[in-house]
Amino acid sequence: MTSLNVNGKQIEVDVEDDMPLLWVLRDELGLTGTKYGCGVAACGACTVHVDGQPMRSCVMPASALAGRKITTIEALSADGKSHPVQKAWVQLQVPQCGFCQSGMIMAATALLERNSNPSDADIDAAMTNICRCGTYARVREAIHLAARSV
Amino acid sequence: MTHNAINAAIENVSRRHFLVKSAAATGALSIGFQLPGIAGAAPAADSAPEITHWVVIEPDDTVVIRIARSELGQGSFTGLAQLVAEELQCDWGKVRPEYADVNMHIRRNRIFQSMSTGGSRSIRDSNEYIRKAGAAARQMLVSAAASQWGVPASECRVQDSVISHPSGKSTTYGKVAGLAATMDIPTDVALKSPAQWKIAGTSPARFDVPAKTNGSQIYASDVRLPGMLYASIVRSPVFGSTLKSYDESRVLGMRGVKQVVADEDWVAVVADNWWRANKALLALPVEWDESENDNVSSDSIMQFLRTGIDATDVPVARKDGDVDSAFANAAKVVEAEYHSGFLNHATMEPQNAVALYTDDRLEVWCGTQNGEATIASASETSGIPLENIIVHKMHAGGGFGRRGGHQDYTKQAVKIAMAMPGTPVRLQWSREEDMRQGRYRPVSLVKLRGALDKDGNWTAWQVRQADQSIIITVRPNMIENGVDPINTRSFADNPYKVPNFVNEYAMRNPHVPPGFCRAVAHTNNPFYRECFIDELAHAAGKDPYEFRRPFLEGTKDLPLLDAVARQIGWDKPAPKGVHRGIAVVDSYGSYTAAAVELSVENGTVIDVQRVVVAIDSGHVVHPDSVKGQMEGGVIWGLSFIMHEEITIDNGRVVQGNFTDYPVLKLAQTPKIEPIIMPSGGFWGGVGEPPIGAVIPAIGNALFAATGKRIRSMPLKNHGFSYKT
Repeated sequence: MTSLNVNGKQIEVDVEDDMPLLWVLRDELGLTGTKYGCGVAACGACTVHVDGQPMRSCVMPASALAGRKITTIEALSADGKSHPVQKAWVQLQVPQCGFCQSGMIMAATALLERNSNPSDADIDAAMTNICRCGTYARVREAIHLAARSV
Repeated sequence: MTHNAINAAIENVSRRHFLVKSAAATGALSIGFQLPGIAGAAPAADSAPEITHWVVIEPDDTVVIRIARSELGQGSFTGLAQLVAEELQCDWGKVRPEYADVNMHIRRNRIFQSMSTGGSRSIRDSNEYIRKAGAAARQMLVSAAASQWGVPASECRVQDSVISHPSGKSTTYGKVAGLAATMDIPTDVALKSPAQWKIAGTSPARFDVPAKTNGSQIYASDVRLPGMLYASIVRSPVFGSTLKSYDESRVLGMRGVKQVVADEDWVAVVADNWWRANKALLALPVEWDESENDNVSSDSIMQFLRTGIDATDVPVARKDGDVDSAFANAAKVVEAEYHSGFLNHATMEPQNAVALYTDDRLEVWCGTQNGEATIASASETSGIPLENIIVHKMHAGGGFGRRGGHQDYTKQAVKIAMAMPGTPVRLQWSREEDMRQGRYRPVSLVKLRGALDKDGNWTAWQVRQADQSIIITVRPNMIENGVDPINTRSFADNPYKVPNFVNEYAMRNPHVPPGFCRAVAHTNNPFYRECFIDELAHAAGKDPYEFRRPFLEGTKDLPLLDAVARQIGWDKPAPKGVHRGIAVVDSYGSYTAAAVELSVENGTVIDVQRVVVAIDSGHVVHPDSVKGQMEGGVIWGLSFIMHEEITIDNGRVVQGNFTDYPVLKLAQTPKIEPIIMPSGGFWGGVGEPPIGAVIPAIGNALFAATGKRIRSMPLKNHGFSYKT
């Protein structure tokens, strides 16, 4: 059994030691907001926070995260809309298909946690997630907007 | 599944007399079909009155607008609803869009006309009939109120779902909907002119956005049903090869593994968790039969295309004037060969579908660009009649043409579900499967020749295309005299008024399955055409922008070319070290142009600083969505020209993930300057057109910067990269 702290709850899961966190979240716990896009940490659709840091959950074994604080998109804000990043995302109508956006938002919130006023270069360096619809220009703008509103 | 097959399948339903007369036809309240025997599976019966099949109004004034096209992030749920609401004159705050039910569509004789979401067609093809539906519903609601009040309908006014009469009487849509639904649907309704629009032409917040910011949007890959199992699949890596053998005994004992299901050319492992299913699939010993395609490579495919370039007699798509004489009399002849390889859609959500088979009935949940193709594919695969199939359309995590007619993932999911009756199974392709079982943007090789007279005037051109046809695999009847009418776009329909022109077309179809990929032939033909015209301009010693202008006089393309030139500052020198390129393309009923500024460091590192892109789509329904499509189109163009290429070795796709099929990222995103300049009078598409001109504009600016004329994509094959 692996003991995980997910979105503030202590949860026991009976999974293999090498099962990545992504599949524990999605298929064992039903937290489907975190997406599978590549399985090799290349696209970032699976990004969650571990102790506040962005982490690509598709390659991280859940068993390595015992005692760490895991936060998924579902718990970013209590009402699902009041985090400044979520507000900026809605205000600028960032998502298109939306499949990458959970990961984008988790990466963006982690960036703003450690850098409340990121430059374009900071955003370039931190936001390596793939968006196939091409929403990058709005992602950048929305991070600046959220930074101003924090 | 071809259109003919879909038609045949639908006729079969008809022959079984399963068509139930619709509420619209009978004048009754909405019937709300509940298919017998699918407990809890069919869409809930509409309790609220269906005014027309597009509009249902609930007693609390909620206006349900049915959307037949798919939401892929392009904004169809909002834009299509706006057009209905505009004519309905309802309260926009009370509008709730929902998918038009696929099963209802079939039962009611394809009442929603088309569910196909491709070719940038959602608005341009359906705007007239959905606006008429809104106007008809408004007339019916007003007539209902007027008849209740005993006043002429013409004396009533409508604003935001409220009907009023000068006498002081007032009611709302919700209160008269029941009566309105009993009335005949007027067929002769007047439509507003776009100048009168209040809802259409504005940019209300998109309905689909909030759920996409908190993880609550349920895509097909997020569907969870009681007892559901998960499947991972591998299909023969050499296209067309078949499954020879597999040894399930090696994986059936693995934790969570429930079953191995195989078909002619694939094998899937079903487990209680997708990671377990995929792990077992990777451990499953599988052998494939030898195939005649085992030795095909990208090089051999290029040699095959070359036979089309070298052929002595090929079909002609268009011929104007006397090309031979013009070349014979030319002062200068320019010749060039361009080519590009396969591309994959690589939607962020890998292909997947959920299927549940129970007692000769079937339910399917999937992201699809065509719900009708999905139900037809499910029926064809299972042998289950259409009326016993429910399709739950889910918003798709990217489409770009991949989730259109082929429905390969739906067919596979159905077969797996039929092997496990009563158990819902979600088939989830791995990214590797998605990369290697694409329906790829085809390869092409094009030879161009251009003639200039002694004054540098463009007098003739000849285009010889050798490429792979997509349309022959889905609608072969569109091929006339050997010419593919889609692959010849940008050439056969080019707007340049050059007196002597010939477009020859040699179809060469390798074994790699082709598919429609966002902008289709406009991902490559504009690159060939507009870069070659740039070559002609330089050969003529003329400015590439000025060189084009006289040949576009009087076209709808010219104002776009002028607009991007003006915006980029073409008449003024670029900043030191910065170089410009320009291109113009029309496609999918719209007119576009692009101008870019870039610099090149160390001869190979490209820093794209500005991309100006302009579109005239005639009318604009949701300007911010148009802007979003232009931004996304620029990203696609930049990604295609630099990064993307699927290569073939030993008959199979080499690439397997974003690690070896890189796509553009945020750090490589330039400043994008969209110009939306609708001229009115027509309805053009928006999803695809912005891509076409960006690609050659980059190629032309690269020439201006380096003196190197790059004639094939991607640029990475020529040693270039983007600055990050």
